[in-house]
Amino acid sequence: MSSPATAIRQTEVLDQPWVETLHQWVTTVDHKRVGILYILYALVFLVIGGIEAVTIRIQLMSPHNDFVSPQVFNRMFTMHGTTMIFFVAMPILFGFGNYLVPLMIGARDMAFPRLNAFSFWLSALSGFLLYFSFLGGSGLYGAGSAPDMGWWAYAPLAARAFSPGSSADYWTIAVLVSGFGSIGTAVNLIATILCMRCPGMTLGRMPLLSWLYLTMSGLALIGITPLSAAQLMLLVDRYLGGHFFDTQAGGSATLWMHFFWIFGHPEVYILVIPAFAFISEIIPVFSRKPIFGYPVMVAATVCIAFVSMSVWAHHMFTIGMNSYANSFFAITTMAVGVPTGIKIFNWLGTMWGGRIQFKTPMLFSIAFLFQFLIAGLTGIIQAAVPFDWQLSLSYFVVAHFHYVIVGGILFALFAAFYYWYPKVTGRMLSERLGKLHFWLFVIGFHLCFDVMHIPGLLGMPRRIYTYEPGRGWDTLNLIVTIGAFIQGIAVLVFLWNLIVSCWKGAEAGNDPWDAWTLEWSVSSPPPAYNFASIPRVASRRPLWDRKHPEDPDSRYE
Amino acid sequence: MLDAPSTHITSVFAPASTSARAIYDLSLFVLAVTAVIFVIVGSLLLYSIVRFRHRAADAGREPAQVYGSTQIELAWTVIPVLIVVVLFLATARVIHGIQDAPKPPTAVEVIAIGHQFWWEFRYPKLGIVTANELHIPVSDPPRSVPTYLTLLSADTDHSFWIPELAGKTDLIPNRVNEMWMDPQRTGVFLGQCAQYCGTQHAKMLLRVVVDSAEDFEAWTRTQRLSAPQDHEVMAGRRVFETTACMNCHAVGGTAANGLFGPDLTHLMSRHTIASGAAENTRENLRLWIENPEALKPGSLMPAMKLTDAELDALVRYLETLR
Amino acid sequence: MTTFAAPLAERPPAWNLPDRGRVGMACLIVAESAIFTIFVVAYLFYVGKSLSGPTPRDVLETPIFYTICLLSSSLTIHLAARFLERGESRTFLIWWLLTIVLGGLFMYGTGQEWYRLIYEHGLTISTNLFGTTYYSLVGLHASHVTAGLVMLCTVLVFGLAGRVGRSHSRRIDVLSLYWHFVDAVWVIVFTVVYVIGR
Repeated sequence: MSSPATAIRQTEVLDQPWVETLHQWVTTVDHKRVGILYILYALVFLVIGGIEAVTIRIQLMSPHNDFVSPQVFNRMFTMHGTTMIFFVAMPILFGFGNYLVPLMIGARDMAFPRLNAFSFWLSALSGFLLYFSFLGGSGLYGAGSAPDMGWWAYAPLAARAFSPGSSADYWTIAVLVSGFGSIGTAVNLIATILCMRCPGMTLGRMPLLSWLYLTMSGLALIGITPLSAAQLMLLVDRYLGGHFFDTQAGGSATLWMHFFWIFGHPEVYILVIPAFAFISEIIPVFSRKPIFGYPVMVAATVCIAFVSMSVWAHHMFTIGMNSYANSFFAITTMAVGVPTGIKIFNWLGTMWGGRIQFKTPMLFSIAFLFQFLIAGLTGIIQAAVPFDWQLSLSYFVVAHFHYVIVGGILFALFAAFYYWYPKVTGRMLSERLGKLHFWLFVIGFHLCFDVMHIPGLLGMPRRIYTYEPGRGWDTLNLIVTIGAFIQGIAVLVFLWNLIVSCWKGAEAGNDPWDAWTLEWSVSSPPPAYNFASIPRVASRRPLWDRKHPEDPDSRYE
Repeated sequence: MLDAPSTHITSVFAPASTSARAIYDLSLFVLAVTAVIFVIVGSLLLYSIVRFRHRAADAGREPAQVYGSTQIELAWTVIPVLIVVVLFLATARVIHGIQDAPKPPTAVEVIAIGHQFWWEFRYPKLGIVTANELHIPVSDPPRSVPTYLTLLSADTDHSFWIPELAGKTDLIPNRVNEMWMDPQRTGVFLGQCAQYCGTQHAKMLLRVVVDSAEDFEAWTRTQRLSAPQDHEVMAGRRVFETTACMNCHAVGGTAANGLFGPDLTHLMSRHTIASGAAENTRENLRLWIENPEALKPGSLMPAMKLTDAELDALVRYLETLR
Repeated sequence: MTTFAAPLAERPPAWNLPDRGRVGMACLIVAESAIFTIFVVAYLFYVGKSLSGPTPRDVLETPIFYTICLLSSSLTIHLAARFLERGESRTFLIWWLLTIVLGGLFMYGTGQEWYRLIYEHGLTISTNLFGTTYYSLVGLHASHVTAGLVMLCTVLVFGLAGRVGRSHSRRIDVLSLYWHFVDAVWVIVFTVVYVIGR
């Protein structure tokens, strides 16, 4: 059902020259367009980061392989990690937040639209800056090279003495600038959520996605800035002869580690909390029940955010902290598993007694639940510090965090794509291609990352460009590589679906999923102004109230 | 470069020392607990997607809209908290057991210094300096002779990891770390650097040879000796001492006392060269000196552009350093 | 189609949400506080750890006068904002200018101290750990003062052109929040560098 507003806009678009359209997109401050820009930008870097991953896997599929030199390999894993975290995961999650939050809280735009656009372009520039290092990275030496010090840039490897040329600077400045962009968006999200909710939408009535993005943004303010500070210090060391991390002058290499992981651990929660947000919106709709335990879900998320600030040194169990420090971080790490587990149980409780529809968004959500459960448990396993003295810095950890980020966050993102694509484009993604994408990806994912735990248990460290035969790692690495390829094919199927459905997808209408939050009350795609008149809500599920006036949620909340 | 080696599995589930064993026991407990959690929650998930699937008969009707349950929330908060307490107590016990274990007077003391991309080992009380291959005595229960390692770094971060003998501990510049191993059986134990340290992090391999008490005695005796004076290889020794080899390498009893590269006094007593990158054979040794990039591209040893004659003489000299 | 209005007989309850300018500035302050915290931690961690070179005790002179200047500028900006609220633009401009002068004096003092440290004592950012952490922390604060002064001067220019009135009160309030933050950070930096660190 196309509303007249949509029909008129389509006529407008067809009539204007493409340069005009391009100009509108480049100068947009509309949160929906900024959101789409973020997402498209992230998808481009997803492909690039994926190519880097496949390069790594081809090199490792057999011992003493020489597909790439050690120098190139080291750049590959550094760029793969940096790209996926800062130029795929962060932008895509901020992109979804940008698009969805104002719509879901009944606002017309973000609190600071120009800051919004500025933050996007800052982040976009920084991605290009990082990749320019391939051309300009070796500075004086002429031929370029990308950074190769790992995405953590540990001291003193990141110092001028061990990373000559400019490759380390490209990393530092690109990530620093993207951090400023992220902080800008975080400020925007908080101000929007706190100050622009529609009448009647108290904090206790806003969608869980809104709560979770509020929490994630708050965490971003104090989680990303420690890295910015550390990077400024690194620049002082590299350019002004400073000694922050200069062990020759009495500086401390472990100080960088602490600063980095004080960022690094909250960062993974910054990434996973929006994934929780998607799941919390999707599972209720496809189970046909409200989320089980809304107040507990909010409390658990806020609790996770706070506790996550106290666990950082569980990335540093091998650096030689004393037994009391190790024990402290062991208990905080195990503790953060409690509210996380509670969330899993609540999602299960939402499905329990429901009428589950296995559309593609729900398939990805269910896989998320299984996989995130496993990922969380391997996290608890590593919190048993002495066992972590074996597992840390090995492929067990690599398997664990890919389980979280790919098996958890990426699956939740896929679910979000299939769920909200109709709202953004007005067309449904192909269910057939969706199911193909899903099953291919599940098979590839498990082949790759389930098996990857084993070489770690057999002593294979991470960040090695080759390994000796006869350690029992050979066949396992080959299987992992095959799984990586299958995931790559699945992603191509997904990208094809995204593109083809723009033209061939069935028309979605306002509310293809029979859902309950405000974004489904406007046309697909929404008009530029979102709502003709600002809605007033009386419960957490305003559209349920409208569809069931005899039994509104407001009676029970 | 390397001959096809026999299989040498280094599993964390095959402990050969008391600390590795303590870790192993803890790991079984933790794995068991998490496995039970996985089975329970996983089964509930599986059950729910089967039992509560949408059926054609349901079309048009919504299920009962349940908003939550305080009792259930309490239950699945309290139980995980209890599990965490139990896991933590088990963990803390092993942390203290390993990290705060008192050092017995019989302990063998080794200082391990990490370099890009090789390991320096010094036995201060025994007056021994060697590289890449560590010999330590076995430590059967009646006579406990653990080896205590002091871990230092000459450049960037490294990590010492022999899975069958202990958890890993990092070597960090401007920081002194300590760890101990008490191998319960003789044999060769493999491992490698676990903290990314630069281009050739992958080939900073470790070889720990656990000797019986007598063999260890014999080994320390030969390691304490200076290099033999062999006049037949004077040509090679001259090449060594005049073409900058001695700037980086040391050979006991000669003028060569460089510290940047491994001590070569007993080079031939080692099974591998270039920190495990190649077997210690004449061809490999010659190739390594002629062109280090061929064996370990990115290593910090430069090719000295020697002539064939110089190379041959040099290798003959090095082969006398047993 | 999109309104969910209450029955016509009832007047909808008032819907008051916080001002987005203040929330935005509060968020920025939180983020900046985190950055400063890391620099303070580094400073404290490295106290007494320099391997050589001048120590704080040798070279630091407590900048009491310039600190008083900066902290009183918080008072003057507060007064300026109150006058603007009441529509007294001229008085606002006077107190605003006084704020800028006091902030400028503080920057002058910092510059003077750095000149003395560099040329009389040979302490630079690369001399030792103290030099690195001192110039970084004080410099980070000084850069924030500078950014604040730039914004204050911008407002001054608009004010002198007669374009700042009561309707801008809210924005002036938000800006003065930033300025108060900068002063609060100085209290911390002062304590860490001139009291604890010595």
